[in-house]
Amino acid sequence: MLDGLLLVALIVAKIIALVIGIIVIVLYLTYLERRIIGFMQARLGPNRVGPFGLLQPIADTVKLLGKEIIVPTASNRFLFLIAPIISFGTALAAWAVIPLDQGVVLANINAGALYTLAISSLGVYGIIIAGWASNSKYAMFGALRAAAQSISYEIAMGFSLVGVMMAANSLNFQQIVLAQTGGFWHWYWLPLLPLFIVFWISGVAETNRSPFDMAEGESELVAGFHVEYAGVTFALFFFAEYANMVLISALTSLFFLGGWLSPFEGIPYLQSWFAWVPGFVWFFIKFSFFLYCYLWFRATFPRYRYDQVMRLGWKVFIPITLIWIVVIGLAVQFHLGPWFSIEGMAS
Amino acid sequence: MMRRAWQYVKSFTLWDLLVGLTVTGRYLWKRKFTIRYPEEETPTSPRFRGIHALRRYANGEERCIACKLCEAVCPALAITIEAEPREDGSRRTTLYDIDTFKCVYCGFCEEACPVDAIVLTRFHDYHYEQRGENILTKETLLAIGDRYEKDIAEDRTEEAKYR
Repeated sequence: MLDGLLLVALIVAKIIALVIGIIVIVLYLTYLERRIIGFMQARLGPNRVGPFGLLQPIADTVKLLGKEIIVPTASNRFLFLIAPIISFGTALAAWAVIPLDQGVVLANINAGALYTLAISSLGVYGIIIAGWASNSKYAMFGALRAAAQSISYEIAMGFSLVGVMMAANSLNFQQIVLAQTGGFWHWYWLPLLPLFIVFWISGVAETNRSPFDMAEGESELVAGFHVEYAGVTFALFFFAEYANMVLISALTSLFFLGGWLSPFEGIPYLQSWFAWVPGFVWFFIKFSFFLYCYLWFRATFPRYRYDQVMRLGWKVFIPITLIWIVVIGLAVQFHLGPWFSIEGMAS
Repeated sequence: MMRRAWQYVKSFTLWDLLVGLTVTGRYLWKRKFTIRYPEEETPTSPRFRGIHALRRYANGEERCIACKLCEAVCPALAITIEAEPREDGSRRTTLYDIDTFKCVYCGFCEEACPVDAIVLTRFHDYHYEQRGENILTKETLLAIGDRYEKDIAEDRTEEAKYR
């Protein structure tokens, strides 16, 4: 009995630690977004609250929490309020299977990759329900666009995942990462390069971020599915979007950049010099790079036209992934290169 | 044919996108143009038209002789003047109000003034806390003039050869 309670308490403590970590990352992601995009536009961005504006996200949070929640009269009240909770919940639930280091994971399940894919698809329900329950045409259009886009790019993402799965011979995150052991050139970004690029771009599209932010499209749709939301409900959507960005970045670094593995593995001196660096630092650096790319893309690219987004998803990405899956199949069959050698397949 | 092939190569290597990314990547390190306002300020010209002031002569006598040219020239009708002879018989204003909410800061009053009494200073960061403070009375205007007389005189001498 006591052992059971202790176990539950331990798990709850782990969950709280993880959630706090994600919240801090998301808060400072919003700060860095404004700051980095500002720098790229030759201006400074927020720099007044605290040193270098570092307390800005906290001020923003307090502001958002202090605001009134406005529920439109014509909306479906229950669905209107449950939608942000669904978005928020799914954005956090996906983190349960993400390993931060060797063995440091909340739930080490065998179908981890499948689980994250399923949960990230569930997030779309939050968006659709929000759009429908708002009873506003802009919200409805935004929700439909977001849903169509997420579903289209999910397929390309799923196919990229099939490639990774074939290469690693597993759906477990730990084993996918361990299959990439052996340094920078052994990570899957190289043999699965097209899949890596497709996965990453689909990830950007999946999170409805620029240049695929048709769902927001402020020039035509005001703000997309969350036009009618204010205060905490809006904050939850906002948080979910950014948590999903972090999730996609983490997934990309796990699948293609060897997760927590050191990039200096196998290089004579550097390997021993950097041996003391714990794995989660490498992991953090890797997914920070992808988060930076998110912001970089947003500062650089104009928004796609809607039909172009669909064309890219269905007519370019899906064929590329299908072809490369065949290539991977052959490479695995004939144990090509250092990546698919027989020792690597031992797991 | 070759051109089409080249197009394909370009689009599959994401060439144009990478070029765009290098541009923004370069700008990340460039000098920023933001002026951190209360600490830094943009340079102002001696001709800058900010808050109004009434000037005095060196002996402390107010310059304004109530000719009402500024009142006449003011396109926004922001200036109200009433005048009476003073005890010593000289003509002076009893009321000189400028409504800064009406004022368009065109500087015509300053150009019209024959004695350089009403001037627009280079100070632009001022505010009001009470309703009615927007109407600058004669006392306020003279006080502003006394406070900034050094700057006002400097700006006038610098601009003298163009007037």
